[in-house]
Amino acid sequence: MSKDRRVSVEEVRHIAKLAHIKLTREEEVLFTEQFNRILEYFSIIGEVDTESVPASYHVLDLVNVYREDKIQESLRDEEALKNAPEREGRFFKSPRIV
Amino acid sequence: MSELYKLTAIEVSEKIRSGDLSAEEYLYSILERIKHVEGEIHAFVTVVEENALETAREIDRKVKRGEDLGSLAGVVVAVKDNICTRGIRTTCSSRMLENFVPPYDATVIERLKAADAIIIGKTNMDEFAMGSTTETSYFGVTRNPWNLNKVPGGSSGGSAAAVIAEETTVALGSDTGGSIRCPASYCSVVGLKPTYGLVSRYGLISYANSLEQIGPLTRSVEDCALLLSVISGHDSRDSTSVDLPAKDYLKNLDDMRDIKIGLPHEFFGEGVEDDVKDAVLKAIGKLEDLGASCLEISLPMMKYALAAYYIIAMSEASSNLARYDGLRYGYRDENARGSFDEVFSKNRREGFGAEVRRRIILGTYALSAGYFEQYYIKALKIRTLIRRDFEKALKDVDVIVGPTMPLLPFNIGEKIDDPLKLYMCDILTVPANLTGCPAISIPCGFKNGLPVGMQIIGRPFDEDTILKVAYAFEQSTDYHKLRPSI
Repeated sequence: MSKDRRVSVEEVRHIAKLAHIKLTREEEVLFTEQFNRILEYFSIIGEVDTESVPASYHVLDLVNVYREDKIQESLRDEEALKNAPEREGRFFKSPRIV
Repeated sequence: MSELYKLTAIEVSEKIRSGDLSAEEYLYSILERIKHVEGEIHAFVTVVEENALETAREIDRKVKRGEDLGSLAGVVVAVKDNICTRGIRTTCSSRMLENFVPPYDATVIERLKAADAIIIGKTNMDEFAMGSTTETSYFGVTRNPWNLNKVPGGSSGGSAAAVIAEETTVALGSDTGGSIRCPASYCSVVGLKPTYGLVSRYGLISYANSLEQIGPLTRSVEDCALLLSVISGHDSRDSTSVDLPAKDYLKNLDDMRDIKIGLPHEFFGEGVEDDVKDAVLKAIGKLEDLGASCLEISLPMMKYALAAYYIIAMSEASSNLARYDGLRYGYRDENARGSFDEVFSKNRREGFGAEVRRRIILGTYALSAGYFEQYYIKALKIRTLIRRDFEKALKDVDVIVGPTMPLLPFNIGEKIDDPLKLYMCDILTVPANLTGCPAISIPCGFKNGLPVGMQIIGRPFDEDTILKVAYAFEQSTDYHKLRPSI
């Protein structure tokens, strides 16, 4: 592997875990190789001096759009639950948390 | 049977409103056409024949009763499958949402319905809009109607293919880094990415929320202006929707006077095929004949646009797609057992395709401690510098013109195994998303039977000017009249 390797298989496994995506062993290796090439390309932005430049989180001048705190019609239980793979009564059924 | 399916939206709505044509008869012509070509093209994930027929008959009843009809009366619209349609499954071309049926309509869908349009179905796309070829769809590729071995572009490839194959009057797509303009270029249709904030994103399934907009794909500039007039305007349900008065974009098409065009040498440089350059430069010559003046300009920060774009898009994706856990909706592995951690990770592994997994994981990496400043924040600062480049340029010129895509449509399968190579195809389209500027791609030529698109970028909220330039070019050329032989 080249010396400017930016990310290791172990790191990719760790990040995938943070992202809640289980990868196969082969995929970990393939992604690591692809990520190194992509991150190598991304590193081009490092050469720009951005010392005094503000970040653009978005392109509009809008700041904090508020509305009146009034109750509005929203989805009924049945509609909201319609796409749930598993439910119990009026609730989504989740895997065991504790 | 006459070839009614060839009509434009302007023609259809006029004929239906005046009673010359029934919405049902027109719709049958479209349905016949779909049956004839869809097997080869595969533009749709879902076609809703019955729903569409019901709507058509309701429109015909309104005509009979002498009621006022909306501006899209009887116009058939194909909708990209990442825009929520109440009661019609909306998959994002992903196994994750294979059976998801939204309980509500996106704002743009409400507006189409209010304008008496007919929704014909949902179009194929790259999974979660991540791609430039429509090859990453869980439901299989869409083929380019001009050459069935070539990609139609993406991610709104199904929408563009359906429009040029005349399986619909018009279509909606979404554009995060070129996803309307790329397939518009590759299929030879008109595709507009509106200014960020002009069209409501309520009901658009989010991929990179600071970059994306819904927009029209059509066979004429007039149809594009008509559809934009319907879908644009303020929506209180999208906090990034800008509060501007509604506008009729058809009104000022006819008047391209004293337009100043900027030609950035970065749009004609390394990596852009000569065939593409030649066609676009010829088209620019035509614009000069029509009275435009050209000025060479420079956008020095363009060099960093693609990297900055992908870092921002992937970071936003990792956050926006965190909601898919197979709990409230979406794919769930019925055999998954264990803690919520294990179950969610298994659902997401099996529900997402490789490119989506790649972008979520890379985005998570760019946002993680230790890399946040180096990648994400740095990319946002570069975004500021690119915005400044464009603001400065658009003070001196009215529009910026160049190719939409650096390459002609390529073979299906040719680039799919090399993500970085595919990303490079977006080099000329991502600046409009980073800056929020409106941009349109229009047919401007052919090479070896494959279409070339010209991109026109304008000032924020100045869709009028890019539409004017596009219209003037279209009216003096015939490229938009050509159809693939399918």
